Amino acid sequence: MTSGTSPLASALSGEAPEVSISRDLVKRGLWIAPLVVAVGAIFDAGDGAWSAAFSLALVLFNFAAAAALIAVTARISLGLMMGAILFGYILRLGLITVAVLVVADFSWVSIPVLGGTIIVTHLGLLFWEMKYVAASLAFPGLRPDVQEWRASRSAEKP
Amino acid sequence: MEALSLLIAAEEAVAADAVSTGEGLTAMGAGLAYGFAAIGPALGIGNLVGKSVEAMARQPEAAGMVRTTMFLGIAFTEALALIGFVVFILLKFA
Repeated sequence: MTSGTSPLASALSGEAPEVSISRDLVKRGLWIAPLVVAVGAIFDAGDGAWSAAFSLALVLFNFAAAAALIAVTARISLGLMMGAILFGYILRLGLITVAVLVVADFSWVSIPVLGGTIIVTHLGLLFWEMKYVAASLAFPGLRPDVQEWRASRSAEKP
Repeated sequence: MEALSLLIAAEEAVAADAVSTGEGLTAMGAGLAYGFAAIGPALGIGNLVGKSVEAMARQPEAAGMVRTTMFLGIAFTEALALIGFVVFILLKFA
């Protein structure tokens, strides 16, 4: 018979990788926001542009909320993290549903653009991020430390 | 005579609120699409997180790598539910 606390009661400390991933996703999402809005405008003029912007905001909020939930609960216990992820999934899906249902009847909403943008930006941003994550997991030694690089570069300048 | 006119008025009111079979089936299809699309990812996320927690409990030094892949896995699995949601809004509103 084993003794001691359950592994599920143990907490994780240190850096939260999901927060840095979601920060990257949000940053990239903001970079491509003008492009997403422009593509939405091509499909349905002003309505398409507003719908695309709204969808992108929803997707970025979803990533940020998921990461925040994991980061906060992982510091408390693994069991809580597991529960929070599962209930968080339902909660976030519910929030997205409510947000879309609230605006669905507004005059500036184009449903096909709204739906298409949700799927394309969600998957697109994930595949984009996965490229960097896969590279840094495979070759952790090659990951550039940007701050260190900038510091060394500015030190080199006369 | 008054009763008849009341009956006719009631029938007209019912007819005005009536939903056609096609509309009813579309609404049912939208609900089913979203419901079934949410069940699969829920099972997937449950399995994914359960295994990840097990891995982190067994090997805490690998927790960073496990959390990274877990987060991406959750996001990819959630995309399936979002596809179901988009089908739902397209059926309901488009």
